[in-house]
Amino acid sequence: MRRRGGRAGRSAPRPLMIPDPAGPLGDAALRETGIEIGAGKVLLLACGALAREILAVNTANGADHFTLRCLPAILHNHPDRIVDALRPMIARGQAEGFAQIFILYGDCGTGGQLDALCQETGVDRIAGPHCYSFFEGNQTFAARGDDDMRAFYLTDFLVRQFDAFFWRPMALDRHPELRDSYFGHYETLVYMAQTEDAALSDKAVQIAERLALKFERRATGYGDLANTLARL
Amino acid sequence: MADEEDDIILSELDDEELVLQMHDDLYDGLKEEITEAVNILLERGWQPYDILTKALVEGMRIVGIDFRDGILFVPEVLLAANSMKAGMAILKPLLAETGAPRLGKMVIGTVKGDIHDIGKNLVSMMMEGAGFEVLDLGINNPVENYIEALESEEPDILGMSALLTTTMPYMKVVIDTMVEKGMRDDYVVLVGGAPLNEEFGKAIGADAYCRDAAVAVETAKEFMARRHNQMATA
Repeated sequence: MRRRGGRAGRSAPRPLMIPDPAGPLGDAALRETGIEIGAGKVLLLACGALAREILAVNTANGADHFTLRCLPAILHNHPDRIVDALRPMIARGQAEGFAQIFILYGDCGTGGQLDALCQETGVDRIAGPHCYSFFEGNQTFAARGDDDMRAFYLTDFLVRQFDAFFWRPMALDRHPELRDSYFGHYETLVYMAQTEDAALSDKAVQIAERLALKFERRATGYGDLANTLARL
Repeated sequence: MADEEDDIILSELDDEELVLQMHDDLYDGLKEEITEAVNILLERGWQPYDILTKALVEGMRIVGIDFRDGILFVPEVLLAANSMKAGMAILKPLLAETGAPRLGKMVIGTVKGDIHDIGKNLVSMMMEGAGFEVLDLGINNPVENYIEALESEEPDILGMSALLTTTMPYMKVVIDTMVEKGMRDDYVVLVGGAPLNEEFGKAIGADAYCRDAAVAVETAKEFMARRHNQMATA
């Protein structure tokens, strides 16, 4: 008999892409392949979604003692892969003899597994459950508690990359009827803005409209990311 | 080729072919086709329970396997679940009339501070499909909600769900409260959610961590079988 569609048409999962050290600093590269920049003695292993922000802070601080290696930011959508992706990066950094290795990831949905990796390998990471928290400042974020329970957060990077990180992976481009399954319990899109960019703010407003959420913009700047980098 | 594949008339398939096609249609999230096929099988005299288990639950089991293996992702599972829901909406009143084996009762809810319920809803649906009575407490449940439901509903199983690293420790608050009240051992406690793992489940005193809805159903069945065996030998 002829059978329509179903499992037969599916392929095996795609392997994780390996960071391309020569990649440019464009959002697509940050999302899919990661980057490597600098030749300092302190190695920063970071999420690609933070690359521009880390470089902005370091430039402002006149800090040139860092080597920045970013993993693909799309790991945001696969937190179960973050630890496995970081482990060889740490090992490589240790083999290369960096004076210090520092992780710029929050827990990011790893459920404590990232902290376990840090403990196991003797490296530290930035404090906080995720970048929304350390951009706003971990204390401020924690103090909001359940008041923010129905907030859907975006950063500069995630506003720029909204379709690639949310709209398309959630299949909302093909199945808009799924919107309320994902966002039905949210009330407000909170745009945590690292920079003053009117075009980006407009885009964030449009995203809120697409998701049928109220809109709030919080000018967080770089928050605890800046303090943390300044101490390294 | 696409036209050729699209010309299947469900009513012209024999029972075996139709059930296989339903598995594929569930996989592809084709709600209207599932609704049509359920009605066809009912017209052919199938028992609602057989349609539920052989067509819908088995179809979702395949979806669950491919979700676990990273071949399907959340959107596809949601579409499949919505299709199954459409089929179950037809069957549910009929199942109530005709009777179906009841494996046990579960109270389930997302913990305080957490509004994410996609995984929990899938578990609820799959548990119902597998023959459990499910009371879904919804999202953002403080410990009082769980305790009240346990006392009033007297389920066999408590299920708790959390998506956030910041909210998952609340499961321990609930379990510790159950211990304080001397009621912990009266229930099987199952926990799940993206950032959880087996180690966490053990650390907070749950009976099991379930990585997805299919595992939750299998785990629940195992615990119910153990309970029955214990009761039989007591």
